[in-house]
Amino acid sequence: MAKIILSVDGTVLKEVPLTKERITIGRKPHNDIPVDNLAVSGEHAAIITILNDSFIEDLNSTNGTLVNGKPIKKHFLQHNDVIEIGKHKLKYFNDAPAAAASADFEKTMIIRKPSAAPAAPAPAPAAPAAPAAPAAAPLADTQSMKPAAATPTPPTAPAPAPASPAPGGSGREGAIQVLSGAAAGRTLDLTKNLTTIGKPGTQVAVITRRPTGYFITHVEGASFPTLNGSPLGPQAHQLNDHDLIEIAGVKMEFFYKP
Amino acid sequence: MALAQALQIVSKTDPGRVRSHNEDCVESRPELGIVVLADGMGGYNAGEVASGMATSLIAEGLGGEWKIKELGKLDRSQTMSLCEKVVRAQIARANTAIFEAAQKDPQCAGMGTTLVVGVFYDNYLAVAHIGDSRLYRMRGDVLEQVTRDHSLLQEQIDSGLITKEDARLSHNKNLVTKALGIDPEVEPEFHIYETQPGDVYLLCSDGLNDMIEDEEIQMTLIALRSNLELTAQQLIQSANDNGGRDNVSVIMVKVLSSFAVERGWLARLKSLFS
Repeated sequence: MAKIILSVDGTVLKEVPLTKERITIGRKPHNDIPVDNLAVSGEHAAIITILNDSFIEDLNSTNGTLVNGKPIKKHFLQHNDVIEIGKHKLKYFNDAPAAAASADFEKTMIIRKPSAAPAAPAPAPAAPAAPAAPAAAPLADTQSMKPAAATPTPPTAPAPAPASPAPGGSGREGAIQVLSGAAAGRTLDLTKNLTTIGKPGTQVAVITRRPTGYFITHVEGASFPTLNGSPLGPQAHQLNDHDLIEIAGVKMEFFYKP
Repeated sequence: MALAQALQIVSKTDPGRVRSHNEDCVESRPELGIVVLADGMGGYNAGEVASGMATSLIAEGLGGEWKIKELGKLDRSQTMSLCEKVVRAQIARANTAIFEAAQKDPQCAGMGTTLVVGVFYDNYLAVAHIGDSRLYRMRGDVLEQVTRDHSLLQEQIDSGLITKEDARLSHNKNLVTKALGIDPEVEPEFHIYETQPGDVYLLCSDGLNDMIEDEEIQMTLIALRSNLELTAQQLIQSANDNGGRDNVSVIMVKVLSSFAVERGWLARLKSLFS
């Protein structure tokens, strides 16, 4: 669950869990987070929380609200954002991203709308008030979430790793150099996830950049391009440093950049 | 031209890299120009049950009720309204079936599914959808999202609470506001669009668009446009390379040529003897 930590001059004053849909911050004592300082307006700002997301809105305060040093009117809070109101700092923590890493958390769920949802504009959220645990009322009702204990879904085997470790593998950038034809000598950096090479309508192949390295696949044309002299076939082939490709009559070399 | 020749259809579904089973389901009936995609939810195997029921019931039901051989006598607007009627009726039927199954079997309690149905006929595409599975259209080099998600996030975007750019950072991506089989009745969103030869339609579950940005989908469709099969494969691979945290499914439909329906006396005469 998300929370904010209120501090002034590096001293932590309190920790506030964002369990309510709307939490107000201001100088007057009726605020959820009263901040007794003349630089703070009576009703200064509000934090609106909808399930796992929170927003801060400045309530037309005299001295304004800063998030990460910039004045805001409304802001979608991200983990570790720092809100400044006068000399007071409120740091926003949302560990939902960590929780979301466990797959079950992300399972699609249905959320019920109250039958007469007021289609009010912001900041009144269109969602029912269920800011507490995600398993709160409106969800429990049609809880379609798989019980976490039922089948722990262990991450299945990671990417089918190539038989031999990719010589460059992740991170290293590849390029191709044209060896024959009109463009001989030219180098093409493979910075995009997909790079097509060849002649449209005649013979085209695509080089895909993947976490495990670069792969070449035939796209169109009656005959396949060749890789180190042998035709590719319909399957993707991993490219190794200094592989020779011939496509649409042009020879080129793949290499990992130093 | 017959639908099966005018349309190229490729469908693929993959459990992704994290989930142990696949709760997505895809079906198509090329001869009738029908495609159906569903992303199920619910405990144990109930998600699969719901999406499987949805796709098979709707594809079968439309196969029986959408009698394109008998539509020759109707004009275009008549076929359009008939199409809407038939599609809505089949969705309602599937909804009832899933809802009742969920009531009967405690293991299936609360199961439901998203749904996208596409029906191609007479140079138009009828689309019905529920939930956050999507239909995109690629025309020329422009990719457009045709369906609007029935999700909490979309409602927040609509109400101005959150911008489309910020929406990518939201933690509430998994909440749909509508699903098939959850309530006794459901109202699908239904629209009809004109198609053009060269159009490519992409139906997908959120396992695709949550893992890769629209720009990358567009880039893939442009780069690999001459090979639909490879495009579908590449989209799934990209989603998996980016984490593959959910099941991912795509149905791609490429409009190879016009599939306008012949009307007039000759067509009527022909249909009389066919």
